[in-house]
Amino acid sequence: MQRTLDQLKINEKGVVASLYGNGATQQRLLEMGVSDGAEVEVLRYAPLGDPMEIRVRGFHLSLRKAEAALVLLEESAG
Amino acid sequence: MSTIALVGNPNVGKTAVFNALTGLNQSTGNYPGVTIDRKRGRVDTGAGNPPMTLVDLPGTYSLAAHAPDEMIVVDVLLDQQRGEEEIDGLLVVLDASNLERNLYLLSQLIELDKPLVIALNMMDIASRRAIQIDIPLLSRLLQTPVVPVCAHKGLGIAELRTALGQLAWGALEPPPVRATFPAEQQAALDQLQELLLNRRGQLGRNIPRLEAFRILVDEGGYAEQRVLKLFSKSFPTELQKLRHQARTMGGNLAAQEARVRYGWVRGVLEQAVVFPPVRKRTRSEQIDNYLIHRVWGTLFFVGIMAVLFQCIFTWAVPVMELIESGIGSLGALLGAGMNEGMLRSLLVDGIIAGVGSVLVFLPQILILSFFIAVLEDFGYMARAAFLMDRLLGWCGLSGQSFLPMLSSFACAIPGILATRTIRDRRDRFTTILVAPLMSCSARLPVYTILIAAFVPAERYLSGLIGLQGLTLFFMYCLGVVVAVPASWILRKTLFRGDQPPFILEIPSYKIPQARTVFRKVYREGREFLVRAGTLILAVTIVVWALAYFPRSPEIAETFEAQRATIELVSATPEQRAEELRQVNFDESATYLRESYLGRAGRWIEPVFTPLGWDWRIATATIASFPAREIVIATLGTLFHLGSEVDEADRSLITTLQDAKHPDGTPLFTFAVALSIMVFFALCCQCAATLAIIKRETRQWRWPLLCFTYMTVLAYVASWIMYNAAVGLGWD
Ligand SMILES: Nc1nc2c(ncn2[C@@H]2O[C@H](COP(=O)(O)OP(=O)(O)OP(=O)(O)O)[C@@H](O)[C@H]2O)c(=O)[nH]1
Repeated sequence: MQRTLDQLKINEKGVVASLYGNGATQQRLLEMGVSDGAEVEVLRYAPLGDPMEIRVRGFHLSLRKAEAALVLLEESAG
Repeated sequence: MSTIALVGNPNVGKTAVFNALTGLNQSTGNYPGVTIDRKRGRVDTGAGNPPMTLVDLPGTYSLAAHAPDEMIVVDVLLDQQRGEEEIDGLLVVLDASNLERNLYLLSQLIELDKPLVIALNMMDIASRRAIQIDIPLLSRLLQTPVVPVCAHKGLGIAELRTALGQLAWGALEPPPVRATFPAEQQAALDQLQELLLNRRGQLGRNIPRLEAFRILVDEGGYAEQRVLKLFSKSFPTELQKLRHQARTMGGNLAAQEARVRYGWVRGVLEQAVVFPPVRKRTRSEQIDNYLIHRVWGTLFFVGIMAVLFQCIFTWAVPVMELIESGIGSLGALLGAGMNEGMLRSLLVDGIIAGVGSVLVFLPQILILSFFIAVLEDFGYMARAAFLMDRLLGWCGLSGQSFLPMLSSFACAIPGILATRTIRDRRDRFTTILVAPLMSCSARLPVYTILIAAFVPAERYLSGLIGLQGLTLFFMYCLGVVVAVPASWILRKTLFRGDQPPFILEIPSYKIPQARTVFRKVYREGREFLVRAGTLILAVTIVVWALAYFPRSPEIAETFEAQRATIELVSATPEQRAEELRQVNFDESATYLRESYLGRAGRWIEPVFTPLGWDWRIATATIASFPAREIVIATLGTLFHLGSEVDEADRSLITTLQDAKHPDGTPLFTFAVALSIMVFFALCCQCAATLAIIKRETRQWRWPLLCFTYMTVLAYVASWIMYNAAVGLGWD
């Protein structure tokens, strides 16, 4: 089972494999650098559990879990 | 004179660059059809060089547009925006501390095939993070001048001017570098261009290649929507076929674009930039460990909000009282220096009292906009949106609605203007329609005076909590509490649709710049004053006229006769003065009752009887259509007083307390006062708000809807409040 970005724990890293679907949301994520090959790291979740903050391509991005669930991660080695 | 467009990602310091280059030679306007500021300024490019016009475009991450507002940037850059001069070149601002994502936009901008100059901003942050950029090499790779700057300190601006001077002379060529797309995509794009060329007649213009690129790649995007509207059935299928043909890798064309461009960016970065081998935690990250921490972050947020409201409602008061007394003395001075008559009434009762009652709120507006400007410049507002997103999500909104809502506590107008940062139209319109529910400062005088007059000064919990304070708190909460179902319903009906994404950059913290903050505060203040001087002034005059005319000669005669009798029969001079004063009050009250406004009030009285109101309250409410606080002035006039009564005036309070129904029972009770306050908490008696809603939504139906739903809500809530209060025996 391939993991998605919303399943990462705080301080966990992953590499983007691809995005589910093809709408405006996905395009927005892609432009912001959440595209295949990008390393992502979860920094924190908001006090109410959503949205989350990640680091990608050297900057910080906030997105909801619903959007993070569109981001498929590469199978990690370990 | 050549025209240069200023482009870049949001938050890269574009405004700072613009201000540094143009100084005070700026002007702002609006693009027709969208609510995007059209800011331009003149740049002096150094001795002997021709000056140039710099057009500031809204910050954007990409040229892919999904809404008309986003398309403006593309249209201006492609010279497709009607009425705009051609763009001769670009000044691209890049954030040196965040080059990877910034270069993504640059790779799109290069394809415009225009000469460009790059301002590499935030050099200080980049060097603090030990990011080494080989600027000459970067410039060679991009075949474009790259000028390192630190815009908010003015460093590098002189060099930037020189580079722009080259551009103005036409000495720069469009850089020939490109991110390379697969041959299949290029072929599909060629075919699409041909297709569009064949339909030139229907389109009425040639579609530039870059726009065709967006039509091809952005599925469901605005570029596509715009041409699809014009075309027959066959075009969509052909477009789909071309898209299929252009795809060579997994994922759709948007994913392909991201892969190609980020690949190109990587290539540039690998050559020209050295990142530190071990990433240290940045200062912003350290701060964020506290400021958006689950516990500390929440506490900080609540604390900031508490300080903010404390400022607005306590610390602003002395200044407001000063302004108020200033306006009062101005009115008195003018009134004393002029003869009784229409002109005096217009000036003193109409203009000074009306516009003055609005001017009083200037300190609150300035304080709030100062706070917001500091927090924004610091970078906290994106964090506030992050913290509040879930909460606002329950109302069908997103974290981005937080700032507009917060601003609306001073005044709905800056709040509505702040919705421009919300990308999604449905979210934006919903926010606009519920923002006026927040208790703005214009409601405060209404609450203050009615609470002082009719809410018992009882205290509970050994004096810790007072009933008066509780009532005020209740009024403030009411708007927020009602806004929750209101926005939820709007998002389920008129603005039904999926929740838009919340994909927001969290910028690094910056030290707030005094100049930036001052500029923002100054602009808010000026706009507020302009509004008070134009729209509010005009409406005030109309209301004054309706309350003044017709002056029937019979009334004048009756009261003249009464005055003559008093002169004859009064025993002592004191008694005479007292009686004359009474007659004068009665006279102005009678005039008002017989005025157009008074007649309308009595005619409409039955509508408001269920709320416990009489015709005078109804009239005052109707008269306060231009601005809520006018109700105080009108109540003053109606209840036998001059119209320039303010909330500190004891005698208005006592007069209201003494007001009786014709049968002798007191008119105002706790229940009636509550019913009036609830009405004003929820109604939309504010012409300026309605006008701004019209301007921002560009349709009359939204201000109409806003006014209607809020009035209905106010009426129903006020009815419930009144009957509940009567039921509880609070009258
Ligand atoms: N450290 C540092 N801060 C800068 C520099 N230039 C601008 N800033 C700050 O960066 C923040 C954003 O600057 P703006 O000029 O408002 O950015 P913008 O690109 O116009 O932002 P939008 O209007 O939101 O698109 C402000 O707090 C500036 O003071 C710089 O060179 N170094």
